[in-house]
Amino acid sequence: MSIKPSMRTPLSRVRGLGSAHAGTDHFWLQRVTALSNVPLVLVFIGVVIAAGGRDYEAARAIVSHPAIAICLLLLVVSVCVHMRLGLQIVIEDYVHGHGAKFAATIANTFFAFAVGAALGFAVLKISFGA
Amino acid sequence: MADVKVPAQRHAFARPLSPHLQIYRWSWTMAMSIFHRVTGVALYLGTALVVWWLVALATGPSAYETARWAMTSLVGRLILFGYTWAVFHHMLGGLRHFVWDFGAAFERGPRMALAKATLAGSLALTVITWVVGYAVR
Repeated sequence: MSIKPSMRTPLSRVRGLGSAHAGTDHFWLQRVTALSNVPLVLVFIGVVIAAGGRDYEAARAIVSHPAIAICLLLLVVSVCVHMRLGLQIVIEDYVHGHGAKFAATIANTFFAFAVGAALGFAVLKISFGA
Repeated sequence: MADVKVPAQRHAFARPLSPHLQIYRWSWTMAMSIFHRVTGVALYLGTALVVWWLVALATGPSAYETARWAMTSLVGRLILFGYTWAVFHHMLGGLRHFVWDFGAAFERGPRMALAKATLAGSLALTVITWVVGYAVR
């Protein structure tokens, strides 16, 4: 961004250039996934209480129950989308170097997808056996 | 004045900046705002624990036993207790944001009450969850 000596605000400089057409997506998706996280996380806490201290077979039986496995898969999607959006805001607030911000934002996306893939695969493998 | 990074070219034309954390006196709403962010980041990193548990359960008995041993150890329980609090604090903080999204509770009284309720509620729910967790064993 070139900075000419000016007292004009950033807003006044872009006014009249039109919308970026992506204004509220981030905010809205963050709120929608926040809403879906509430019941799904409560289910997950119940699963951890039920299965947490149990032995291998008992824990597998609980996690592989269709109703629970489906809730866990929904939780994985909801949480991974939500946490990626959330950390993106944190990065944008605190990481100001151009390269560092670029790297951190991409690492954030990779992490969210890696967690999502690992958890999704684990739940499916536990559910379908093998 | 606290350190404020302003690009070199801008120095001569620096626009006024709003005061920062170091200048304002701490209030409940400020503290709960920062708690919300910190617990969010903690939950983000803590997903590694959830991955460990479920991937171990998917891998086999010995991997699962290792994860179970670590997570039921004293240190493991302390970390999971903290993680439980982070979940509830972030959840209640999120619900507080939903209240604000509807345009309510911006006045001083309700605002402070909600901030305090977020902390009290998260602590209470954490303790209740662990009491239930131990009770059903």
